[in-house]
Amino acid sequence: MTKPASAELVVIGAGPAGMAAAASAAKQGCNVLLLDEQAAPGGQIYRAIAHSSAARNAILGSDYQRGKPLAEGLDHPLIDYRPGAKVWRIDDDGQITWSQQASACTVAARQTIIATGALERATPLPGWTLPGAMTAGAAQILLKSSGLVPANAILAGAGPLLYLLAAQMIRAGHPPRALVETQPAASYLKATRYLPTALADWRTLKKGVSLLAEISRAGVQRYRRASELAISGNTCVEQLQFRSAGKLHQLGCDAVLLHQGVVPNTQISRALRLPHQWHAQQQCFLPVTNEGKTANPLFHIAGDGAAINGAVAAEIEGRICALHALQSLQRLTAEQARQLKQPLVHALASANAARPFLDTLYAPPTDWLRPADDTIICRCEEVSAGTIRQQVSRGCRGPNQTKAFSRCGMGPCQGRYCGLTVTEILAHENGLSHDDVGGYRIRAPIKPVTVEELASLHRR
Amino acid sequence: MKLHRIDPDPADSLTFTFDNASITARHGDTIAAALLAAGVSVFRTTPVRGSHRAPWCMMGACYDCLVEIDGAVVQACMTPARQGQIVKPAQTLPVSL
Repeated sequence: MTKPASAELVVIGAGPAGMAAAASAAKQGCNVLLLDEQAAPGGQIYRAIAHSSAARNAILGSDYQRGKPLAEGLDHPLIDYRPGAKVWRIDDDGQITWSQQASACTVAARQTIIATGALERATPLPGWTLPGAMTAGAAQILLKSSGLVPANAILAGAGPLLYLLAAQMIRAGHPPRALVETQPAASYLKATRYLPTALADWRTLKKGVSLLAEISRAGVQRYRRASELAISGNTCVEQLQFRSAGKLHQLGCDAVLLHQGVVPNTQISRALRLPHQWHAQQQCFLPVTNEGKTANPLFHIAGDGAAINGAVAAEIEGRICALHALQSLQRLTAEQARQLKQPLVHALASANAARPFLDTLYAPPTDWLRPADDTIICRCEEVSAGTIRQQVSRGCRGPNQTKAFSRCGMGPCQGRYCGLTVTEILAHENGLSHDDVGGYRIRAPIKPVTVEELASLHRR
Repeated sequence: MKLHRIDPDPADSLTFTFDNASITARHGDTIAAALLAAGVSVFRTTPVRGSHRAPWCMMGACYDCLVEIDGAVVQACMTPARQGQIVKPAQTLPVSL
């Protein structure tokens, strides 16, 4: 299949934001090139939605169904949808370099919507790199894509996804061995001040309450206010140790599914040298955006890649970004765009209403953000928190210098999973703000490419 | 790690080899899912310390599930399982620290 040399609108990512953006733009007559690295649409939240069975849908829950019409919306003559497309270089003039099956090409995009979503926050603790320790999201992917459920698994951490996964495992007939919840008592108190605002999105709160009830009815053991978690095992996970209600617990298990929320995937926004700002409540860097617009008029960011607001908000943001792009492409006048945008902006406010409450309630405890010295924080290069602290005593103020001194961040994940922890440790040890410390300088290729792929750029 | 399959057995399956062992998979499985389902706990060892690793994120971001197919190192979670593939643990060079 030939690859276009130019495009009116390129959308990167086929999760809810990307799918909604592509469909909105196509509806207004715009030609859209939709690039997604996965084999099928849906991103992570709606993974495998296109061919999901009724049985699978019953397990995953009604929210999952929202993805179905979005995926179907990609079947439009103006949407050129490319699955398995790896975007590995983006230039600030709109040139995008991408590969499909080891063959690379460039496309000149007049407008681009970045909808690459989020990653799970890294969860550094002793033993977290052992085989059998995975993210809660990984378990959801195994369930959604392959109908697989880990046996004898402990779910550990905090956040709505943990409860959703527990409920899904229960419905699949294989409940978790236990839920080990790390949100401290103080978080409940701090979160109550955001409860009145959260009530505007009472549906989300109600869903949360009913998930907890479902977990309770299934008799899953819950350990609250857990701390000092440590995973151990010989070649793979065998046990999770932790302290809860004053007692030390040691639970045998075959898998530990970890979760401390999700954070925006900022690789592309950083590679574009767009400004980022630390968000105290979400405890991560967000690209600076205004209704999805960025400092570069050619680029927009929609969905969890802009800020963590969930799937419903992502859809709305995708549509808003599409309107802005259509206006820039002169397919809509400013007045038309403004009128179409108004109801979306209102809907977005309700969709975001519970966020401050959830972010505060499930904020990661400090020992997960700044782990003990002997905890690995860079999985790829096996660099410990202690090594980072040593670099501070050598005068390292920022992550890039720390990377040069320690190799932390030099591995194939390119800092996706160690970046925030490094920033956090450096900020704390140096007495600097997160914004002063900053993040890794990200350069193309933003995903590893082979020499063959590079060479193929010139074989057109 | 042990995994339960919750879908009924399909009419046809496929087989590939991993580290010379035969692995049965289902159409639509990624190599990572198929290996985990077959009870393969350890996918590779790390270049720095020779530590055991297996999938972490399952979404193509962490690069912990690396395997080698036809001389190329790929992410097992991003590669569909296909009949007759010869898959090996990703090669790591020994490093002395």
